[in-house]
Amino acid sequence: MVKSLHRSFVAAALIAALAVGIAAPVRAAESGPHAAWMDWQPGNDIGNVASLQRGAAHFMGYCAGCHSLKYVRYSRVAEDLNIPEAQMEKLLMLPGAKKGDYITTPLSAADAEAWFGKAPPDLSLITRAKGSDYVYQFMKTFYAAPSRPTGVDNLALPGTAMPHVLSALQGVQEAKFKVVEKTVDGAKVTEKVWESFEAGEPGQLSADEYDAFLRDTVNFLEYAGEPYKAKRLSLGVWVILFLLVFTLFAYLLKQEYWKDVK
Amino acid sequence: MSDESVGGSDAVDTSRRKFLTVATAATGAVGVGFTLVPFISSWKPSERARALGAPLEIDISKLEPGQMITQSWRKQPIYVVRRTPEAVAALAKVEPSLKDPKSETSEQPKYAQNQMRSIKPEVLVLYAACTHLGCLPKQYFTQADPAMGADWPGGFFCPCHGSRFDLAGRVFNGSPASANLRVPPHSFESDSMLVIGVDAAAQGAG
Amino acid sequence: MAAATDFAAGKAGFRGWLNKRLPVDEFMESQLIGYFAPKNFNLWYFFGSLALLVFVIQILSGIFLTMHYKPSELLAFDSVEYIMREVEGGWIIRYMHSTGASFFFIVVYLHMFRAMLYGSYRAPRELLWILGMLLYLALMAEAFMGYVLPWGNMSYWGAQVIVNLFGTIPVIGPGIVEWIRGDYGIADSTLNRFFALHVIAVPFAIAFLILMHLVALRQTGSNNPDGIEIKARLNADGKPVDGIPFHPYYTVKDVVGVGVFLIFFCGVIFFVPTLGGLFLEKPNFEPANYLSTPQHIAPVWYFTAFYAMLRAVPDQQMGALLMLLAIVVLFFLPWLDRSPVKSIRYKGWLSKFFLGAFVVSFIALSYLGLMPADGLYVILARIFTTVYFAFFILMPWYTSIEKTKPAPERVTYHG
Repeated sequence: MVKSLHRSFVAAALIAALAVGIAAPVRAAESGPHAAWMDWQPGNDIGNVASLQRGAAHFMGYCAGCHSLKYVRYSRVAEDLNIPEAQMEKLLMLPGAKKGDYITTPLSAADAEAWFGKAPPDLSLITRAKGSDYVYQFMKTFYAAPSRPTGVDNLALPGTAMPHVLSALQGVQEAKFKVVEKTVDGAKVTEKVWESFEAGEPGQLSADEYDAFLRDTVNFLEYAGEPYKAKRLSLGVWVILFLLVFTLFAYLLKQEYWKDVK
Repeated sequence: MSDESVGGSDAVDTSRRKFLTVATAATGAVGVGFTLVPFISSWKPSERARALGAPLEIDISKLEPGQMITQSWRKQPIYVVRRTPEAVAALAKVEPSLKDPKSETSEQPKYAQNQMRSIKPEVLVLYAACTHLGCLPKQYFTQADPAMGADWPGGFFCPCHGSRFDLAGRVFNGSPASANLRVPPHSFESDSMLVIGVDAAAQGAG
Repeated sequence: MAAATDFAAGKAGFRGWLNKRLPVDEFMESQLIGYFAPKNFNLWYFFGSLALLVFVIQILSGIFLTMHYKPSELLAFDSVEYIMREVEGGWIIRYMHSTGASFFFIVVYLHMFRAMLYGSYRAPRELLWILGMLLYLALMAEAFMGYVLPWGNMSYWGAQVIVNLFGTIPVIGPGIVEWIRGDYGIADSTLNRFFALHVIAVPFAIAFLILMHLVALRQTGSNNPDGIEIKARLNADGKPVDGIPFHPYYTVKDVVGVGVFLIFFCGVIFFVPTLGGLFLEKPNFEPANYLSTPQHIAPVWYFTAFYAMLRAVPDQQMGALLMLLAIVVLFFLPWLDRSPVKSIRYKGWLSKFFLGAFVVSFIALSYLGLMPADGLYVILARIFTTVYFAFFILMPWYTSIEKTKPAPERVTYHG
């Protein structure tokens, strides 16, 4: 009895470890050679309401001009982030919006396609679809590329149609690449590999300030992706505690009846 | 080897079994109860329903005396009437023919439990649903309207079963309906801005 | 029917009234208390009742999702977010259903593995096994169609890939694909019919198959970890000496199983509902876009083993055929196993080796199915596919030639 139990638990633990271990490689297997910027993480806490409030203000100020949050209502943001109604209306709502409205963008898809070649995607679920790490890295790795129509390119999404809307804050950094020769399928191929960023045009914020700005914004986007997450975690603790009590009673009941069995 | 797998030499402790069975069953029942909560709550009006049912602002600056408009709030039609001063004056005269002239058994907010059934005398707000079986009453505001007869004081007539209401929505004797037309919660943000869904402050009159 | 015992006699009030009209107590007596199950059931024996529990959870959560979900190309994705954000308690119900789908397969795979461990598919339980396999097929269809419903990008592209597989059927293939879709590509018509099948047709089929599966089990009685037939040894009352009444002993034990299961289940729902992208895949948080394929199209983890086999073969038609064979070969298990004993406890080391290799290859293939199909991954997939099939194809040989231990006379508890 004990031996099979032991074996079963070991098997279950192995399978569980495998399951969790699978998740990481699935993402890592995506791009080419690993670069340092791919490890940058915002390290956020969606429980930090002050950060979320700042992030909401940043989003409405810098992003809502082109990106919608079409599954998020203003009233919900005000409620979850403890923002009083008056401040909500004055600082965070687009003109003409009512507090129960979804956060839409004034930029029409048709105009966007005409001007940028691609409509800016809705950001309600961006952190769930791509990960908050990716969004953070995306906003940090814009660099000067004069040959492009927007004047910039991006490491996380090369060839992006998005201009560097935060260039006033971050400035526009220069990217240093080194040329690497590889042999692929017998042929010699040269590849540009990113080495580092260097200061280019300065922005209003220092590097640390910009970083904090981004962290708050990404934190807000993470909240927007799953607004009920805090409730989910707190409720979960009670559920598990309750189930432990129930299982204990059930186990004692089982042991009591099984005394009969030889 | 024994002949049976069940039954031992120790006596069965039935009281302990009963206690544990009750404890497990009770905990289980509580668990089932908690589990039902999200399912039952999911039937409550969702955030979308509540947003669509948010207070409705109506600009009544262009509403002429004697004119009525129909709006919709929380999936129900609402009548907004700008009564003429004559209509308001006539409200006292019809009281003998009314079933509930003081609106004692009818449904309206406190600030509308008066002769005019409104906050301002000239603006009447009603749910457009006959208190008999729910049809939309039709407006017949003209006194002695040929369709209603020479002594018709003006008001509403329900085409379904013939209930009649005065210009404050109060039901006349002889109607199948037994209660006055219901008044929704409403208030005035300004003289020209009527808000359906927000109650007027305690002291009422605007 | 027990004509000798009047189950209504001597019962007061409502109970007597009821039993005269419905065989309630008779059912309890004959099917639950009167059903003797082997007394040596171990951990592996929880998963049958747990599968039934998950089925009930899926039906309940599914019904309530259907109350808010809109099965239309234009509205489906939005309606799922509506459920998550705006319906009160909606996110709990949705996570119950998505987690339930994955747990259904975890439980079913462990349940099937138990059968393989102890030879529960051997005579006289071959039909029980086949009914179980039909349940497995129905479950796969149900899960596949259910995954399309949120109309995320992986829903769309996963549907595209799998439905296109039917195109490999000779002659009628392309016609069938168009017939399944109801359109020239995966479209609104596909979504709507998958909705109807997922919500009504397949659940009915599953419910019926579960009933038949239980009836077949009742007919033969349960197997046990020692693989011996407890009905071979009866006591003076005609009851198996190694058996105990299902009620109260296994009802009470299964409740503990339910408690432990729910701890894991709720742990996932409340703390890691996406399980790092395994239970709810990242690309599915973007709406279906027929112009943009996800970087890696992969089915949900419970299909990835078969997906790895499909991609291991360079030819699409052969790959599809191999994938089909991998499932079909399971049906033949009762006849491939020629061992004189049922349970792995008494089989020879060859059986133990091959069973272990089968498990390793299934897990490895499941992992490989999540990876891109190139380089080392494909080579490994080919190796493990061979091992998977070897388990079955060589079974008539290794089960006959190996040296087995004698099965015991009475059930044992160790192992």
